[in-house]
Amino acid sequence: MKNEMSVEFSSVSENESFARVTVAAFVTQLDPTMDELTEIKTVVSEAVTNAIIHGYNNEPNHKVIIHCAIQEGELELTIKDTGIGIGDVEEARQPLYTSKPELERSGMGFTIIENFMDSVNVVSSPDAGTTVHMTKQLTKNKTVCK
Amino acid sequence: MGLSTLFDVKEDVLIVRLSGELDHHESEALRNEWKEKMYRNPVKHVVLNLEDVSFMDSSGLGVILGRYKEVLQLGGELVVCSISPPVKRLFEMSGLFKIVRLEENEQYALVTLGVAS
Repeated sequence: MKNEMSVEFSSVSENESFARVTVAAFVTQLDPTMDELTEIKTVVSEAVTNAIIHGYNNEPNHKVIIHCAIQEGELELTIKDTGIGIGDVEEARQPLYTSKPELERSGMGFTIIENFMDSVNVVSSPDAGTTVHMTKQLTKNKTVCK
Repeated sequence: MGLSTLFDVKEDVLIVRLSGELDHHESEALRNEWKEKMYRNPVKHVVLNLEDVSFMDSSGLGVILGRYKEVLQLGGELVVCSISPPVKRLFEMSGLFKIVRLEENEQYALVTLGVAS
């Protein structure tokens, strides 16, 4: 059975911790390790921060949407904004790349996401927004399945 | 949750002790406070104590990188200490240890910067 959850919230930075705690709470039913939970929380934080500061240029009156699905020990995580979009996704995914160096961004967001998840797919078009679709198989369940 | 910050000055070293969660939301206030402390005190080096940081993401790396550049301008060094395994992974992933020195604890970090204990 596929177990799903969606949450939509305002594009304000106060909601970054709300978002990662919410996803972590949902994932808890898969009995993740502490490391896996930290990885998932970090990934949520990165993608939601990207949506807020890049997708929406820090404007508070927009919505960030998270969708989670768990099935056979695998987490599917989708984080979506309807903001300005990314012109060149390949460039944006490069380590240390940032479109906002003046904000002291490290440019490591996508690199961290790629390191912590099994698959990362970014769909973006200018003025339509960005959707980051990710999957991660949790280890405990992997052992059970085999 | 949230982040709380304690600053302390010993000789020419600014000690920054963080506890809680360092994300984009918390990073802006931290940057402003940290910059002001460096500006207002005659310091050259920074010791960043991350012992009580329970969560950090790339926004935290950005703030640390920004202060590293300022410390470099002062001819000083940025030393990180008491780092947890998850935060250490982030540092390793981003190559931050190539420019920032890691020490076991605050006291030893201070000794390496010439501050008598």
